[in-house]
Amino acid sequence: MAELTYREAIARGIAQEMRRDESVLFLGEDVGAAGGVFKGTVGLFEEFGPVRVRDTPISEQAILGAAMGAAMTGLRPIAEIMFADFFAVCWDIVANEIAKSRYMTNGQMSFPLVIRSGNGGGLRFGAQHSQSVENWAMMIPGLKVVVPSNPRDVIGLMAAAVRDDDPVIFLESKALYPTKGEVPEGEIVDALGTATVLRQGEHATIATLGLMVPRALAAAEELAAGGIDCTVIDVRSLIPLDTQTILRETSATGRLFTVEENPRVLGWGAEVASIVAEEVFYDLDGPVVRITTPHIPLPAADTLEDMALPSVERIVTTIHKAMNS
Amino acid sequence: MTTTEASPVHDVDFKLELYRSQVALRRFETRAYDLFLENYVKGTSHLSIGQEAIAAGVAAAMRPDDWTFATYRGHAHTLARGVAMTPVFAELMGRSNGLMAGKGGSMHLTSVEHGVMGSYAIIGAHLPIACGAAWSAQYRGTDQVAVVFFGDGTVNIGAFHEALNFAAIWKLPVVFICENNLYMEYTRTSEVTAVTHPAADRAAAYGLEPILVDGNDADAVYAVARTAIERARAGGGPSLIEAETYRHGGHSRADPGKYRPDEEVALWKSAERDPVSRYRTRLLELGVDEPTLARIEADVDAEVDAATEAAKAGAAPGEDLLMKDVWANGGAEWRN
Repeated sequence: MAELTYREAIARGIAQEMRRDESVLFLGEDVGAAGGVFKGTVGLFEEFGPVRVRDTPISEQAILGAAMGAAMTGLRPIAEIMFADFFAVCWDIVANEIAKSRYMTNGQMSFPLVIRSGNGGGLRFGAQHSQSVENWAMMIPGLKVVVPSNPRDVIGLMAAAVRDDDPVIFLESKALYPTKGEVPEGEIVDALGTATVLRQGEHATIATLGLMVPRALAAAEELAAGGIDCTVIDVRSLIPLDTQTILRETSATGRLFTVEENPRVLGWGAEVASIVAEEVFYDLDGPVVRITTPHIPLPAADTLEDMALPSVERIVTTIHKAMNS
Repeated sequence: MTTTEASPVHDVDFKLELYRSQVALRRFETRAYDLFLENYVKGTSHLSIGQEAIAAGVAAAMRPDDWTFATYRGHAHTLARGVAMTPVFAELMGRSNGLMAGKGGSMHLTSVEHGVMGSYAIIGAHLPIACGAAWSAQYRGTDQVAVVFFGDGTVNIGAFHEALNFAAIWKLPVVFICENNLYMEYTRTSEVTAVTHPAADRAAAYGLEPILVDGNDADAVYAVARTAIERARAGGGPSLIEAETYRHGGHSRADPGKYRPDEEVALWKSAERDPVSRYRTRLLELGVDEPTLARIEADVDAEVDAATEAAKAGAAPGEDLLMKDVWANGGAEWRN
């Protein structure tokens, strides 16, 4: 076991796949010689050289178009969109081209590519560099979506994403980049569509993702001290979605809380709540409660941003209130 | 500004094949229009009548393993690469014997086995995608070239500029071909474009040579395409070609094209401007006899008739196709 930061895990995960498979290429803005604006790709340029690790102009459509064209002709590119907010300038390539082309061509083409991007808030960057966009990606048929919450999962899910024959949107929680975690030696490969139960409790189930995972775990500790014992599920993969784990753990406790960084309306928890309502309604002891960022653009000031994102305190208070009403 | 005149001598067989190709595209599109009027073809469609010399001339300059990226006006570019008429008609009609079993429709014709890597219905989107294919060829050292067709309206969208710069800095083996038919949808391009030649005048911005060609002269198109494709194949990087042409009809099925002056339409439809008529005259002047040309035309007519009937005979796509091929495993499951 070694302790790695989330950002170091990015480079290790990409390197693990690039060493294994020469068809894996990596491109994006400042990803090569500069090692990434978040220093998440340090060392890749030095190890794999400028042909396989390519710096691009500020041209998000060209970056993703290049990834798509390379994927349809047999390569397995990893493309970086620096901030997930920037998906808005290249969403056509994502939503209309990459996502639809396999279906439209009756399966003539495959798009084994990964688009990784720094997602979400917590860094006081303001509304255009902080939004959580996992729900944008999740609602497009034809895209897979993963959001790792710790260094080990970064590597394992990166491997799963690169090896998958479909396009995967790989969202990294920017505020987690400096966080550390234990990572085993050797190759790590996960499966897409698998949630992880991080903590088992008997009173309530919390389903969460990305930056919200450590907050949910901290909240669960506090709640346990007050007599509410929670199961915490790290959903990890929105598409495919490990519904069975969520349903099972929800039925076991009778309550489900989602903790989501995305703005309220049509956040991923809405789909989860709807599935739970349809399929295990009679196992519930109370309503599904969603704890989300409000339906607002994210403010820049630290005090305001902290009010907007679900905090440990808000999670504790919300669950406590719901469980005692 | 480079204007390429008709290519040097080719043998007559080559020219007869180029004529056959243009006649096939013309008559296919004419039939497609008729099938619309008969309600066999639903939705929308964008015909290349009047622009056949470009699809035919460029395809003649491509290697079988080169790649075509087309727009929603892509019937001609697909057929020109050797795709049979029946699956294309059937795709237009939404039949299971269609090129994509009815799942794509007129605007998304794709035949990977013929190097037709898709027809794209979002303006400009396929230019960066073609760059990606070219990047792949460059990385793998396969000498393949990506050829991407688009209209004059495309030069005003961002993806065009991103793709041109990208191709230039990476010296990608991609050939950009702007079919300037003078109208972006319903508006005259010159009214909404800052330069006279929408593509050629932009070439300098990407360190490229401006290339203008008479897009209604298949020999000229062939010559300029061949030069550009060979340059790309040899590692010389991208080219941007502007081929001047005219669509005889409106933008799409719903458009009668009434915004265009009658005399302008008449001029471009005249035997002197129309690419198919012009090429026919050229062949006669080269000594090809009338019966030879008439035989080609009759053969094409028979092919169009047979393909129409074969396409009509196809069944409607079954429900089994609905939930198929969202994912590479063939399915559409998004949860367990």
